[in-house]
Amino acid sequence: MSIPLSWYLILAAALFAIGLFGVLSRKNAIAILLGVELMLNAVNINLVAFWRYMDPAKMTGQVFAIIVFAVAAAEVAVGLALIISVYRRRKTVVADEIDLMKW
Amino acid sequence: MTADQIIFILCAVVIIVSALMVVTTRKLIHAALWLVAALFGVAILYAVLQASFLAVVQVVVYIGAIAILFIFAVMLTRREMLDKGAQTRSNWWLPALLGLLILTGLVFLIIGQPAFSRTASEIPADVDTLRNLGTALVSPDAFVLPFEVASVLLLAALVGAVYIASDKKK
Repeated sequence: MSIPLSWYLILAAALFAIGLFGVLSRKNAIAILLGVELMLNAVNINLVAFWRYMDPAKMTGQVFAIIVFAVAAAEVAVGLALIISVYRRRKTVVADEIDLMKW
Repeated sequence: MTADQIIFILCAVVIIVSALMVVTTRKLIHAALWLVAALFGVAILYAVLQASFLAVVQVVVYIGAIAILFIFAVMLTRREMLDKGAQTRSNWWLPALLGLLILTGLVFLIIGQPAFSRTASEIPADVDTLRNLGTALVSPDAFVLPFEVASVLLLAALVGAVYIASDKKK
């Protein structure tokens, strides 16, 4: 284990920045959710790296990562269901055109 | 440069390149497949970090369930905007600038922190991390409450997703 902790943190930061770019720049609602997945993965890399480098005997970091997995799965299931429902009613998946509640 | 570092750098290159393809490629189904590649890279990183359970869960849950869900959603909504017009906003340089700004700020902070340049010590031979994780998830003085809350959350998401996505006209 000769990898410095900072390598993991920098990789996670890069992944987070790419995901943020995807979320903010994409038009398609599904592509926005893909960006959110990348950001969640970046967070998970950080959690597991800190678990391994700080105190591997305590499982806090891994348990936190598992909770993030569960929340990500719930988020994707509900998010994609919403997108499919919107597509069925309005025939669009472009986030800008879903403006029924925009005042 | 040791074997660990070479594996890490290969993984990092795979992850970054696939992530960039996810956010830039035109066809959404390709973006979903690139996401699978990125998630595989992250799973290998978990294995390098000796988090064996998380590496398996990453493959089973993320690649096996979430990525497949994405591919299904793309197939169900695909006729729209397949090849017409731009896939990104016209002011895409603004998010790019923001991402670069955040990245440089974080890298600056991480490099400036001497505590982050340490390497990991070996896990003691008498510590079984897999067994520890299992007991931590169900023991009352550890994480049984978050574990149960997560199960209720998943049930609620399951019911909600089925209700929202069901076709009510039938």
